[in-house]
Amino acid sequence: MTQAAAHPAPTSAPGALSRAGVLLAVAGLVVAVALTAGPRSGAILAIGLGFGLALEGFRFGFTGPWRRMILERDASGLLAQLLAIGIVACAALPLLAANGAELKGAHAPVGLAMVGGAFVFGAAMQVVLGCGSGTLVNAGSGNAIGAVALPFFAIGSFAGAYHLSWWTALGSLPVATLDGGSGLAITLAGLAGIAALALKLGRKGSYRLPARYWAAALVLAVLAILHLVVAGQPWGVVYGLGLWVAKAVVAVGGDLSGSAFWAAPANAAQVEASLLTDVTSLTDLGLIGGAALVAWWRAGFASPVGVLPARAWVAVIVAGLVLGYSSRLAFGCNIGAFFSGVATGSVHGWVWFAAAFAGSWVGIRMRPALGLEARK
Amino acid sequence: MTRKHVVMLLGLGMLGLLALDRAQSTPLNPYTAPPMIALGSGMAAGGAHCAAPPPPAN
Repeated sequence: MTQAAAHPAPTSAPGALSRAGVLLAVAGLVVAVALTAGPRSGAILAIGLGFGLALEGFRFGFTGPWRRMILERDASGLLAQLLAIGIVACAALPLLAANGAELKGAHAPVGLAMVGGAFVFGAAMQVVLGCGSGTLVNAGSGNAIGAVALPFFAIGSFAGAYHLSWWTALGSLPVATLDGGSGLAITLAGLAGIAALALKLGRKGSYRLPARYWAAALVLAVLAILHLVVAGQPWGVVYGLGLWVAKAVVAVGGDLSGSAFWAAPANAAQVEASLLTDVTSLTDLGLIGGAALVAWWRAGFASPVGVLPARAWVAVIVAGLVLGYSSRLAFGCNIGAFFSGVATGSVHGWVWFAAAFAGSWVGIRMRPALGLEARK
Repeated sequence: MTRKHVVMLLGLGMLGLLALDRAQSTPLNPYTAPPMIALGSGMAAGGAHCAAPPPPAN
């Protein structure tokens, strides 16, 4: 997830005493959240930290593997993603079938705006080399592009949610899901089919996953299942980011009653409630913290930030806004729609994957023109 | 500028967000919070998620 440096990165790896102190402080923070906001909030924050630790620790993500599949025909990262989703599906679909009241999946309708949003999201995530989770992890690890994109991602997410009902009214199908044993069989067959296609298109040896990919897939899958069991809903990212901006808008006297989405009773109540009671806010904060912890543990934060032309920073800001807005239209990012959607049987997750992958192909070709990488 | 500066700015932003949230939100009450684990709690899932369909347009 971290930005490649042009020169060997100077390291300022912390000593054992500093590491022990920081670990104690992080554990204390989780306990403090559990004591003030309730045990579920503390547990969800801990799971979010785990996501951040895993993604940054194993240098695993979603954008990079798609880029390598498109540019280098290296299918290994994509295969690891499919493996993780398959493991989660094996647990999530039976759990949802047996506990439909207590647990819910990431189920959303397929529609015109949903498909368009996923395509645009796929392009924008390649521009900043960070998807939903990737932008949070990159920002947490000290990557300036991720840190600049993040607030604009949040603003875009708020605005996309503000207009979501209008976009959805342009044309949507009823929510379609793959449930129970047959749903699991179809989901696993679909994942296997994409894996087979990736291997066919991929270069020789793509099936050999590095050990860190195996570890990342397994750890992320366990954490995602734990998230579903503890929170009652699958892992998601973008709702929380939009909520942060909604709270700021209200704090400065803004009125959200003009938005069908933000004025809906459940969302209006969440705007009034503490962020420490919102599931996606807690996992988002944990993701940032976990990534920061790994980056600091590994090498400190001494490496310099890369120099980019002004037009590249403008591109990062615009891409951040677009990422946030389009992910709301698409009913989620790579996590909420692709990872959690497919793993909990939502048909929109499969459509999201196809549209976002096509968008990624476009986004990769936009980067040189925007000054974010050298032209070849 | 190093990554340290980026992380410090990000940390300040997060602290600012949490301070704003604390000042503006309904006070927390851990005694009315849901049980730690949703599965087996007997409570309906109610958290917000990015995949949740929106209400109809006005």
